[in-house]
Amino acid sequence: MAGFGFACLVLALVVCAYGIGVSLYGARSGRVEFSESGRRSVYALALVLTVAMVVLELAFVGNDFAFNTVADTSSRTTPLFYRAAAVWSSQEGSLLLWAWLMSLWSSLALFLTRRRLRDVAAYATAILLGFGAFFVGLMVFYANPFATTHPAPAEGVGLDPLLRFPAMMIHPPMLYSGYTLCIVPLAFGMGALLARRVDADWIKVIRRFAFAAWLFLGAGIMLGALWSYSELGWGGYWGWDAVENAALLPWLTGTAFLHSLMIQEKRGMLKVWNVSLALATGTLAVMGTFLVRSGILDSIHAFGGHTLGVPFVILIALLIAGSIYLVASRRSMLRSEHRLDSWLSREAAFLANNLVLVALAFVILWGTYFPLISEAIGGQEASVGPPWFDRYTVPLALILVLLSGVGPVIAWRRATLANARRNFMIPIGCALATLIGLEAGGVTAHPLAIVMFCLAGFVVGSVGQEFYRGTRARIAIAHEPPPLALLALVRRNRRRYGGYIVHIGIAVMFVGVAASSSFQHASELGLNPGQSTRIGSYEIRYVRPTASITPAEDRAHTGSTLSLGAVLDVTQNGHHVATLDPSEGFYASEEASQGTVGSLIGGQPVSHIAMNLNLARNVWTAVQPDIETPDLKRIITDGNNTLPPQDAIIAVAYLARAYLKHPPQAQFNFLVSPLVLWLWIGAIVIIGGSITALWPAPSRIRQRVLAGARARTRRGLARA
Amino acid sequence: MTFLIVILTLVLLGLVALVVGAPLRSARRARDVEPQEGARSQPGGEPASPSAYTRDELEVAREAKYREIRDAELDYRTGKLSREDYEAIDADLRAEALEILNRLEGVTPTEP
Repeated sequence: MAGFGFACLVLALVVCAYGIGVSLYGARSGRVEFSESGRRSVYALALVLTVAMVVLELAFVGNDFAFNTVADTSSRTTPLFYRAAAVWSSQEGSLLLWAWLMSLWSSLALFLTRRRLRDVAAYATAILLGFGAFFVGLMVFYANPFATTHPAPAEGVGLDPLLRFPAMMIHPPMLYSGYTLCIVPLAFGMGALLARRVDADWIKVIRRFAFAAWLFLGAGIMLGALWSYSELGWGGYWGWDAVENAALLPWLTGTAFLHSLMIQEKRGMLKVWNVSLALATGTLAVMGTFLVRSGILDSIHAFGGHTLGVPFVILIALLIAGSIYLVASRRSMLRSEHRLDSWLSREAAFLANNLVLVALAFVILWGTYFPLISEAIGGQEASVGPPWFDRYTVPLALILVLLSGVGPVIAWRRATLANARRNFMIPIGCALATLIGLEAGGVTAHPLAIVMFCLAGFVVGSVGQEFYRGTRARIAIAHEPPPLALLALVRRNRRRYGGYIVHIGIAVMFVGVAASSSFQHASELGLNPGQSTRIGSYEIRYVRPTASITPAEDRAHTGSTLSLGAVLDVTQNGHHVATLDPSEGFYASEEASQGTVGSLIGGQPVSHIAMNLNLARNVWTAVQPDIETPDLKRIITDGNNTLPPQDAIIAVAYLARAYLKHPPQAQFNFLVSPLVLWLWIGAIVIIGGSITALWPAPSRIRQRVLAGARARTRRGLARA
Repeated sequence: MTFLIVILTLVLLGLVALVVGAPLRSARRARDVEPQEGARSQPGGEPASPSAYTRDELEVAREAKYREIRDAELDYRTGKLSREDYEAIDADLRAEALEILNRLEGVTPTEP
């Protein structure tokens, strides 16, 4: 079946080439049937890539180790869920996932625009198929997911232990959906410029896709942060890693785009800015995809693949050059229809918000790519660490949170000073109340964090006031009970109030970030059983060691051969808080030089975190057991010298027993982080607000259904 | 197995050809039935005419203007606009909406 899978890729490439040709011909000649055939090519691409995806999934689920990707990333002992998701843990499989998701989202976008923007859509189709051809071409010529080896190995290598985490398996489909959805506004933006139809129509069409891209990118980023916090042994959720930054960049410019396109919809302003943001966001999405598979990064996120760097660089250069040319050559058509009426207006607040977001993106872009470019040119490794990023992004983030509270309170077009004074009283009051509360609670250190908390109070006050006043206005008009009035208010103004909910989520999230990073207590030390240490207001005692041999005791399906850990007793002021059991898994390696026993546990060890999490704080623990003591090393050496491979596990069991009997000092990493759960709560609120804003209004759904029925009836009458 | 792969590939190729070729076949049939109309019409959709573009643009502008009128009213009712400001803005917006509606009426109507 690998042959059939590869045939699907070749067919997909042919479909892309055909579709690009007919779409461009249809756009230039005005012959609608050719544009329509091009659009259907995208549907056909989605069909063919779906078949290819099914073939690869079946190979993974069925343990067909003749497929190289299956042999390299899966095994018979890998649980079914991880086997199914392991498809995208390799370079080749992730390319297929990218191309497949792009074909699906492109099909949806072109289906929804099949009756409008025909000339724009024809160019957009050609551009989308161009991306399809690029990614499918990479698979056909460089990284074939259907490459096979004969005879097939009896067993696979298995999934990287670090990826055996549910959030990490969902993270790529979310992130790639975000990246591929970013391509839709890029394609339609370029199509609008090529067709010289830069009115509000194309903006209206792609707005939902831009929002969906933002939502999926955000979800993907948060899932990655969750994995980092819960699975990696350093206790952080964001490290300004180049790959993390690469995903954040299109999210930031996408946020700016979502705000500024509202100004173009209402006032016909910022046309150059909007189309530039749409093109930049799509280009940044491609750059993010490039970063993990170019071979220039040595990172947990990287796929490697030095051969893919050059094609990606060419594509990115074409995108940048093409975007600049199109915007510059069409600038006369992109003139604003109106001017800013007042600097005290929502338009002005959105403009300021855009500038801050783009400034943030620029800082992160510089800090991420400058060291890489510098190293590529000069050969010397350069790095920009978290302190550099924090120095510039924290002040900008504070301004952003302030603006997210200002925007909802100011009117479109113009606001008077008297009105503004009245409307800002409650939000400012909430900020002051927050400050007073913090002072009373003795929270006075870390001034920037204090400012962030007060600004979050400001945002909550601002948005809460909007909900209250809007509900009151609704009651005055419709005489509904308050709960129904609130529901009706949100239903009738989904974009506005969904956006307000997102702002609350952002504020909550930043409170979590500020508190957990500024007020964290951390400790890294060695402990013997019975010893304890103090961290913050908590006392943690190392009660006893733990050891287990898999697969019999591998309840968490970690896939480790041996797991060594500790039981920890956590108390506060003498009261028991929690019992935690962090551990470290030791995995098999393929290094024959390690010997039969050594290779069973010689792979990269993976920390399994234990934590006690509530709304107020998280107690986070990790352990690194020491198996390099002379006694334990002697067990491994003796086992290597005396035991045949099939009995090597006996030595591992003996090692585990010896560890329990005479446990050496273990290294522990303890963190107490206030309000870290608020980070994830904020993310959930953001998702809820986004879905509210994206959900189509009920009347519009009804109108569309009725219009479709009327159209079908009329066509029927015409044929009769 | 190779035979099966070839059959499956040909079936998929046939499906793809059916899907992407349908508009071209329909256009040829339409030309065969009514050759005088030329190759520019398409069954199931409107021809690409400048008035269709203008109508689409104006409909989008109309919806945006209605939304602006509602937003202005909500801004007034939630205390962000004074009565004087709201009445001035509302008058401007309604005048702009009327202009759009007049322009829409002037565009050649086609099948909705």
